[in-house]
Amino acid sequence: MRRLSTPFIGLSAGMLLVAPWIINAAPYESTMGLVQKVFYFHFPSAILFLLAATICGIQSARFLFFKKPSADAWALAAAELGLLFGAMTLVTGPLWARKAWGVWWVWDPRLTSSLLLFLIFAAYLILRKYGGPGSDKLAAGMALFGMGNVPFIYVSVNVWRTLHPMTSVVPTLPTDMGIPLWFCFAAFTMLFLALMNLRATLALQQARVEALYLAEDEA
Amino acid sequence: MRLLRLCALVAALLAATPVTGRAGVSPDVALAKSDALAKAEQPQPPKEFVPVDEVPPGEQIPAINLVAAAYGFIWLAVLGYVWSISRRLRQVESEIADLEARRK
Repeated sequence: MRRLSTPFIGLSAGMLLVAPWIINAAPYESTMGLVQKVFYFHFPSAILFLLAATICGIQSARFLFFKKPSADAWALAAAELGLLFGAMTLVTGPLWARKAWGVWWVWDPRLTSSLLLFLIFAAYLILRKYGGPGSDKLAAGMALFGMGNVPFIYVSVNVWRTLHPMTSVVPTLPTDMGIPLWFCFAAFTMLFLALMNLRATLALQQARVEALYLAEDEA
Repeated sequence: MRLLRLCALVAALLAATPVTGRAGVSPDVALAKSDALAKAEQPQPPKEFVPVDEVPPGEQIPAINLVAAAYGFIWLAVLGYVWSISRRLRQVESEIADLEARRK
């Protein structure tokens, strides 16, 4: 699994190195100008943030209801990546908003619910690290609540019309802007999958270490 | 009865007359003047759309700084995370190797 991840990380890193040139070639958005270029990294981060929450929730459900230990490792990996991609989304968004909206932050449903999901991931990881025995099940329950937040985050901009653009923006993008966006999205997705694979491998190896220590104690 | 009515009339007149301050200016007038001064000192909000180029220089943040900060943060976060995972993987693999060697 680890060998599979390395070329994908290399490929996505190469694509992300090339991305600024492709993004630079894309036309300027008429009202926001240069700052709109943050969108090409902000959108993939945000979608993968939601994907991480969904994976974490599904794997946590598998762990809770079907007692699959490997599912717990995947849930933990997804939670850590959710925190990483959530941080990217919540940092790049305000940097864009400061220029486009004139403020760093507004407490609108999309931003607030995204922050809530980020805090759920943070709480999940803190619980896993310091919660002691049984914290894996408690954290899995928390991940289910996190997954429940995902559809709310997605539709919030369409239900409550706020400053944040609606979900209809991406499908209606002109080709000149769509190419760099989907290029970055492909690079980020590859990076996400490779990192999740590595993180799940690490979690499985850590479980193996614990099993080896237990076997040593028994012997 | 007439005297009472007269007293009430005088009292009503006194109540309706603004009380003057030491300098001979009523507090209401002074308050209105200070409001007008405060309004004159504050920058008035624009009455119509102002293009970004015409916004006062203090209000303008160069977009390039924000874009560079966004891209820089993402690169640092990814590099930091890859480094952290590889370090933890190396650590756990050496631990597994030690434990397996001890078992043999």
